[in-house]
Amino acid sequence: MSANIKRHRTGLGGIAFAVIRPVMSLIDIPLRALQRATGQGGMASFFILPNMAVFTIFVLIPFAINFVYSMTGGIEIFLNQRDFVGAEHYRDIFTCGSYLDPASCRRDGFWTAAQNTTLFVILQVTLLIIVSLITALILNRQIIGRSFWRAMFFFPVLLSPVVVGLIWRWILQRDGLLNFVLLEAFGAEQFNWLTDRTAAFAATIGVSIWAHMGFYTLILLAGLQAIPKDLYEAAEMDGTSKSRVFRRITLPLLMPNLIVVLVLALIKAVQVFDEVYVLTGGGPGTSTMYLVQYIYEKGFASELRNPGLAAAASIIMGAVLVVLTLMQMAASRRNEKKGER
Amino acid sequence: MNCKALFAAAGLALLSASTALAGDVRIMWYSDGNEGEVLKDLISRFSKDNPDINVIVDEVAYSVIKEQLPVQLAAGNGPDIARVTDIKNLAQYWLDLTPYLSDPVSWVKNYEDQADWMRLDGSPAITGFMTQITLTGGFANKTLFEQAGVPLPGPGATWSDWVEASKKVAESQQLPYAFAIDRSGHRIAGPAISYGAGFIGPKGLPNEVDDGMKAFIADFVKWNNEGLHAKDVWVSAAGTTYRPAADDFINAQVPFYYSGSWQVANLATKIDDAFDWVATGSPCGQAACTGMPGGAAVVAMKDTKNPKEVARVMEYLASTPVAKEFAERTLFLPANKEVIAGGLNFQTDSQTVKDVLNTFVQASSTTAVEALKLPAWKYAGSYYGALVSRVSQVIAGELTLDDGYARINSDMAEKVKEAQ
Amino acid sequence: MAGVVSFLTRRRGGDRWHWTDVATWVWLIGGLLIIFGPAVWLVLSSFKTPAALSAFPPSILPYVTQEVQVEGFDKPLPLYEVTLPDGTTAQMAEKRRVGVIAQMIDPKNPGEVVKVNIKDRKPVEMVEFATSNYTEPFLQFDFLRYLWNSVFVTVMATIITLIVNSMAAFALSKYKFKGRDLILLVIVGTLMVPLGVITVPLYSIISTLGLFNNLWGVILPTVATPTGVFLLRQYMLTIPDELIDAARMDKASEWQIYWRIVLPLSAPALAVLAIFSVVWRWNDFLWPLIVLSRSTAYTLQVGLNVYAGQLNVQWHYILAMTVVTMIPVVLVFVFLQRFITRGIATSGLK
Repeated sequence: MSANIKRHRTGLGGIAFAVIRPVMSLIDIPLRALQRATGQGGMASFFILPNMAVFTIFVLIPFAINFVYSMTGGIEIFLNQRDFVGAEHYRDIFTCGSYLDPASCRRDGFWTAAQNTTLFVILQVTLLIIVSLITALILNRQIIGRSFWRAMFFFPVLLSPVVVGLIWRWILQRDGLLNFVLLEAFGAEQFNWLTDRTAAFAATIGVSIWAHMGFYTLILLAGLQAIPKDLYEAAEMDGTSKSRVFRRITLPLLMPNLIVVLVLALIKAVQVFDEVYVLTGGGPGTSTMYLVQYIYEKGFASELRNPGLAAAASIIMGAVLVVLTLMQMAASRRNEKKGER
Repeated sequence: MNCKALFAAAGLALLSASTALAGDVRIMWYSDGNEGEVLKDLISRFSKDNPDINVIVDEVAYSVIKEQLPVQLAAGNGPDIARVTDIKNLAQYWLDLTPYLSDPVSWVKNYEDQADWMRLDGSPAITGFMTQITLTGGFANKTLFEQAGVPLPGPGATWSDWVEASKKVAESQQLPYAFAIDRSGHRIAGPAISYGAGFIGPKGLPNEVDDGMKAFIADFVKWNNEGLHAKDVWVSAAGTTYRPAADDFINAQVPFYYSGSWQVANLATKIDDAFDWVATGSPCGQAACTGMPGGAAVVAMKDTKNPKEVARVMEYLASTPVAKEFAERTLFLPANKEVIAGGLNFQTDSQTVKDVLNTFVQASSTTAVEALKLPAWKYAGSYYGALVSRVSQVIAGELTLDDGYARINSDMAEKVKEAQ
Repeated sequence: MAGVVSFLTRRRGGDRWHWTDVATWVWLIGGLLIIFGPAVWLVLSSFKTPAALSAFPPSILPYVTQEVQVEGFDKPLPLYEVTLPDGTTAQMAEKRRVGVIAQMIDPKNPGEVVKVNIKDRKPVEMVEFATSNYTEPFLQFDFLRYLWNSVFVTVMATIITLIVNSMAAFALSKYKFKGRDLILLVIVGTLMVPLGVITVPLYSIISTLGLFNNLWGVILPTVATPTGVFLLRQYMLTIPDELIDAARMDKASEWQIYWRIVLPLSAPALAVLAIFSVVWRWNDFLWPLIVLSRSTAYTLQVGLNVYAGQLNVQWHYILAMTVVTMIPVVLVFVFLQRFITRGIATSGLK
């Protein structure tokens, strides 16, 4: 423990420490007084206050306004100019012949987008975790130039979503680089990757994995490196097979990192917007139109703007996500408890 | 519960949030080509002669004009002057310049044809002027037609003549498609009107999809399904996203391209000497041979703190010599009547460009009455939006033709309901 | 021959190649192509002229048609490789083209005109980098100011994010207090909800606070990230409570516990969040676009977007400026990577 802290006092960390220390000590004087007044436990409110204040002003209040918004009609932007319409937008959204057939719904766009998003999240997160795990396992081996490879897989994470969408659009479009390469190499026919429904859907999944996998790989790699080497050595001495070692040692010990990856990947996948918006624009037809794009277009972009409907759609989306998140948290907490026993 | 009362206070706070220094005039400007540079050049000359006015040009993306400006205007955070395209729907925010102008009479004389496009129905206000007039129309790759030995269809040729001729060219020259139209409702509005479609119904409300509209949509979908029209332009996006097909024409992948006069500078630089190209005007239907007029306007904002200074800047930009120079350097078709009457010397050494621009000027004479009315009609933008999003769903096979028509009608009915 | 193969496939430690070794290198080389291929192509494309950018088939390198100065012509003429009627080929300059027939001349003998069908010629191309894609935007727009704004937003947002998120995570992981579960619930509940959907109300709040066209209007809404709090809290839960109890016995104040024990021990998670935050804030596009509409307040991402018009997008400028905006992030990453590695290594000690 103390060895750990000392390590930070050398080099650049040491300089930072020398600068920060007097500042922190200065802050400590009034805070000690505060602590005397509130008691030890009372300091918790102090620590949480700044975050919660910002969070309330810039996230919670807008959500509350959004809720009121979802019950108003018209195309005006500011609430004071809008008319109260009650639950009309919600009724409209849920007016459906069959919820599985978007064409039978009054708001066909919403249901199409919801279906697309669900399918996207399931496939993208599964594949993303598999690809990241394989990459992390590979980077955990004794390979030449490991830090280069690690940096390489991380590189796309640095690109802005707009750039990612743009690059891949140019590669995949009919007169793009991929068709050119295929033509030169195999004499293949020009195939329109972005106007075939399945290919375009797959492209949005592939591109978003390309863009984000580096980050998750790093988290998993950190987990892999934290697994004590003697466990593996012991297993090797016992002659345990590699796949058994993976299932019995690697996977269970990696579980905390895998859960973090799962949660973060889910968050990102549900929010997918920018790169797909640039890549396919939601097409062909509406087969890669995801919920955030639907809400954004209804709220801002489209000539057929309907901000009240957009707000209602976002409230429904938010409600579903909150329920799902809580279910997931409950499940993982049960898991944790099982692990403790 | 009445949220009008509930949020009135918040609204008041919003209105007081904007700040401006006396003498400052902010212009929000988007560019398709070099017009931002030209404007800055013109403004720097203005500033030299008028040191008391501090003109600031904020160059923005078009999406800011389209998506953010309406929000800013509602909040009172807008600029003093802006170059906008949605000039009718936002007309309530424009300033009536009449009391501030030194010579309102010649302004009206020069710009009266488009004045209704940018003011509330029935108002006599002077709110701004068009920086350029655009007209949709076709471009043909003359070299490809010659290589295929197919004569260019002449004036009066119909849409099917053009598609037929382009098909022959595409087959003989092994091109992927015969023709392409930009992905935009505005772009197919002209052809639809030529087929006899009516957009404006009784009382200025949107018409239900009529036989003319159906006939064009059905043909257009058929051309896509037969592989004649460049399908990917239309299906490669959802919703109302704009997608130009210019690259296909520039790369000689299609012999015929239906877009508009704003493409001229773009085509000229990118095609250069690769092939010969001509403007064709708009092909005909049973009812007309019309393109769609349009353009962008520079307007003054009602919320400005310095209306007098704003009016001086506007008057300078709208004045005949400045408008003439602007058009000549940007290769835009001018709106100013005096400029048109005086003739233009577009700054290009390309004979092709001069011919093309002249073709567009001539083609404007065949513009249908309905097409002339649309820019001043408040539902036009929504109708284009419904057209482009639903027609591309039909092309992608998600909707049948009849479902598509029904969805366009219900989209518009909803829009009317929201607007009332 | 067999010796060479065995030399090439020899492994450290002298073992034979296992199939997993082959798979490893296939994966790595494949990754190299898929990841750097598009990026390299982006950089090369940023040096292309507008015409070359929209050309099909696309080229890897930025090619332009070679031109020659010919006596009697003011401007240089484009050079072509022409197949003459007798089957020989020659390099000739184009004087004029009418329809499908081009009038070609020999640059050394400009008097004699040969008429050639344009199918029988190919332009002579050479690699030329269109550096004007870079220089012109630098002259036209206030690049240094945009850069400064971007750096300011990124640095301030990241520092504030780290401070407020780590404080909140500390409180949520190491204290038991009333309302803790509720706050956790709210934070976790909003984890997944994309902020893009509350743009309109958020705009009215920024506007009410007078933060419109103000860099703080870009910074503040992003700093209380639920993701950051969640990430840090998960990490801090693994710090043993005994350490904190021991410090309290030594009369350390809660603030001292926070910054001398919890913060250093959370360094790996903080590094991850810092990188995340830098990348996010640097690349933020939609929200700054909404808040900043005066060019003096533009960040780089907003600034380069002025080349996106209604009907035309000037890709050559956008690409060049994109490459420029990528450079600082890549540098920061190369610099920070050592810290992450060290952070991960030290976290192994716990």
